[in-house]
Amino acid sequence: MSSVLHARAASAAFFDEMHADGSGAVRAHYREFHSWLAAQSTDSLSGKRAEADLIFHRVGITFAVYGDDAGTERLIPFDIIPRIIPATEWKRLEAGLRQRVKALNRFIHDIYHRQSIVRAGVIPPEQIFCNAQYRPEMQGVDVAGDIYAHVAGIDVVRADDGEFYVLEDNLRVPSGVSYMLENRKMMMRLFPELFARNKVAPVAHYPDLLLEDLRSVAPNGTREPTVAVLTPGMYNAAYFEHAFLAQQMGVELVEGKDLFVDDEQVFMRTTRGPKRVDVIYRRIDDDFLDPLAFRPDSNLGVPGLLSVYRAGRVTLANAIGSGVADDKSIYPYVPDMIKFYLDEKPLLRNVPTWQCRKKEHLAHVLAHLHELVVKETHGAGGYGMLIGPAASKAEIEAFRARLSARPDNYIAQPTLALSACPTFVESGVAPRHIDLRPFVLSGKNVTIVPGGLTRVALRQGSLVVNSSQGGGTKDTWVLE
Amino acid sequence: MLSQTADHLFWMARYTERAENTARMLDVNLQASLLPQSEASAELLWRGILGICELQPQYDARFPALAPRDVLRFMASEPSNPSSIHSCLNAARENARAVRGTLTTEVWETINSTWLELKARLRRVEADPSQFFEWVKYRSHLSRGVTIGTMLKDEALYFSRLGTFLERADNTARILDVKYHALADQGAPDVVAEGDAGRSIDFYHWAAVLRSVSAFEVYRKVYSNVITPARVAELLILREDMPRSLANCVNEVVTNLASVRNDHSRETERRAGLLQADLQYGRIDAILQQGLHAWLVNFLQRVNDLGDRISRDFLIPLATA
Repeated sequence: MSSVLHARAASAAFFDEMHADGSGAVRAHYREFHSWLAAQSTDSLSGKRAEADLIFHRVGITFAVYGDDAGTERLIPFDIIPRIIPATEWKRLEAGLRQRVKALNRFIHDIYHRQSIVRAGVIPPEQIFCNAQYRPEMQGVDVAGDIYAHVAGIDVVRADDGEFYVLEDNLRVPSGVSYMLENRKMMMRLFPELFARNKVAPVAHYPDLLLEDLRSVAPNGTREPTVAVLTPGMYNAAYFEHAFLAQQMGVELVEGKDLFVDDEQVFMRTTRGPKRVDVIYRRIDDDFLDPLAFRPDSNLGVPGLLSVYRAGRVTLANAIGSGVADDKSIYPYVPDMIKFYLDEKPLLRNVPTWQCRKKEHLAHVLAHLHELVVKETHGAGGYGMLIGPAASKAEIEAFRARLSARPDNYIAQPTLALSACPTFVESGVAPRHIDLRPFVLSGKNVTIVPGGLTRVALRQGSLVVNSSQGGGTKDTWVLE
Repeated sequence: MLSQTADHLFWMARYTERAENTARMLDVNLQASLLPQSEASAELLWRGILGICELQPQYDARFPALAPRDVLRFMASEPSNPSSIHSCLNAARENARAVRGTLTTEVWETINSTWLELKARLRRVEADPSQFFEWVKYRSHLSRGVTIGTMLKDEALYFSRLGTFLERADNTARILDVKYHALADQGAPDVVAEGDAGRSIDFYHWAAVLRSVSAFEVYRKVYSNVITPARVAELLILREDMPRSLANCVNEVVTNLASVRNDHSRETERRAGLLQADLQYGRIDAILQQGLHAWLVNFLQRVNDLGDRISRDFLIPLATA
C-alpha cells in the first residue's frame, strides 16, 4: 500500500492551507485529518471518489450542458479533501461578513431613498445612476425590514500574506449553497470516521435559517406567510438547487407561469384554485421578473409583479435593484460604505482595485497588463476577464484594444496568489488554488452557517475556480 | 398543490405505466412468435402490436417493411416514437425531474436510476430482448412500490395514482383488443363473438394475453377451467379483484378522483362513477353480444374523455377563479 501523500514542495509563492510556511509542518487544525490521510491508499481514495460520483449522478446533482442533444448532464467535480478553517479564524471572518452585508443593505436602502452617500460625495453619482443595475422603479419604495440582500454570497480568498480579502459581493441570485450542503452529506457518508475524530460545525440547518429569514420579511400584517421559490425552470443550470431548497424548506417551487397577479396580490395556480403568495425567493434576474416592467420578451416572469411589489403586497428576495451594490464598479467603495453607515473600521479587506474609468488608473493598468487581472464591471462566471500573467502576448494585445475602447467597462486588480489546499487529483494529492463563498442571510437577524462553499481550480496553477471553467468544490469545515 | 406539479406527477406515473405495458406486450409477442406457425401469421402478431398502439403510419414512415426486428427496435429504443420504451422512460424521468422536490428522495432516485441505466440496457436489447422487458417491468414495479411505500398520502400521491390507473385501463383494453387489430387487415369479424375457442392457435393467443398482464396463474386459480375467450375477457374486464382489470383500474380512478375533488370536478366524477357502475353491474355475455371490439372502442373513448377532463379540472393551470 502506497500512501497518497507525496513529499511536499519545499517553498511556494502562495499560502498553503495545510502546511505552515518555512518549516512545512502541518498546521494544528489539519493535524488530525493529516494523520488520517497519511494512512489512506490511493486506491481506496479513488474508490471513494468513484462512489461519490455515482451517488451524485443518481441523486441528480448535475447541471445540463447546453446544446448537447444526448442530454448529457455533468457533475461539478467534488474533491474529497476538505478545506478546514479553525474556529478563531472563522470568528473574525464571520464578524467581517456581518459588518459588510449590513453596510451593503444600508447602502441599497440609501440609494433608493435619500442618497445621502452621494450627497456626502463619498461615491460619485454617475457610478450609481448610470449603472445598468440601478432600478429607478425602486426609488422611494419601502421594502420589508429595509432589507434588500436577503441572501448574499461573499467571495473571499486568502492571499499569500495569509489574510482574507473579499473578491466580490454577490447580491442578486447567488448560487452554490446546495453544493455546500450536499458536499457535507457526501463526506459524512463516505468518511463517517473523520467526523468522530474532528469537531466539525454542522451546516445542515441552512434551509431552516433561510425559511426563517424569508418568513421574517413577509409583508406587514401577514400572519402565516406563504413562501415560494421562483425558478426559471428545469433547464436552468442551477435547477437542482432551486428544487432542493424548496423541498428542504417545504415550500412550493414555482415557475412564472404558475403565478399570476390579481387584485394587487400574487397568487399561484393550484389544483384547488388560486392561493396567495407572500414571499418569493426568486432565482431569476431582475430583467426577467415582470415582462410589463422589464424585458417584454421574458416568459419566465409574472406580468404585473412589480406593481404588487411596489405596493408592498409581496416580498421579493433578493429585492429588485440589489445589483446596484454588487457591481465591480461599486466594489471599491464598500470599505467607505462601512465607515459611512456604521462608523466602523472595515474588518475585511478589499483587493486593491484600479478603476479604468479614471485616467491615471487606466494608464497604470495599460502599462501593467501582463501582471494584472482585468475584469468587466458587469461580468460574472469567470468570463470576459484577462489574467495577465497567464495570458499570451496576442491575448494581452487583443484585450488592450477592448480596454482602450471602453475603459469604464473594466476594473483591474493585482493577480492574487490564491491560497492552496491539498486536493486529490490524477497525480495524487497536490495543492490547488481555492476560494470561499460564505452565505450571509439577512432578515430580522443576520445569520451565517459556519463555512460556506469552497471552490477549487482543479488544473495545476489555475486561479479560476468557476465551475463553468473547470472548477470543482470541496466540503468546508469550521473546526470547533 | 400547484396544477403544474400535479400535471407532472400525473404524467410521470402514466409514462412509467405505459413503458411497463409496452414491455409486457412486446414480451408476449416475442414468446408467441416462437410458436410453430406460418410466416404470415407471425407477421400478423407484429402488425397487431403496431395496430393497438396506433403506430402503423409512424412505423411505415420509418421502415420499409414489417420485420420483427424492426418492430422491436421501433417499440423499444426508437427516440422518434413517442410511445417507445425509451421515450416513455425519458418522459417519466423529465416529469419527475420537474417536480423532484415534491417526490421523496427514493422515488426520484429510482426513476432517475432507471433512466441512467437504460442506455446500457438498450445496447443489449437485441441480444436478449426478454431480459430487457423483464428489467423494464421490474423497474416499473420498483417505481410504483417506492411511491406507495414512501410518499405522504396527499394530493401528490393521488394524482400519480390517477395517472397509473388511467393509463393501465387504457393499456389493458388495448391488449385485449390486439387480436382484432392483427386480423383487421383481413376483414375478420369480431374474434370473441364468433371465434372458435377450440382452435389451438386461439388457445395460445388468449394464454398469451393472460401472460402479458400477469394473469395466467390467476386465471387458473379463479376458474380452474380451460381457457376460453369469454372467461379471459371477463377476468380482464369485470373482475374487481384482478389488479390489471378494467374494473379495478376504474375503481381506483374513482377513489383517487374523490380524494382530489375540487369545485370543478363534479361532472368528471359523475362520468367516472357511471363507467364504474357499467363495469360493476355489467355482464360478460352482454359485452360479447355487443362485440368485444366495439365495446372496447367505446371504453377507450370514455377513458380518454376522463383523462381530458382531469386535465381540464386540475392540471391545466386554472385562470383566476
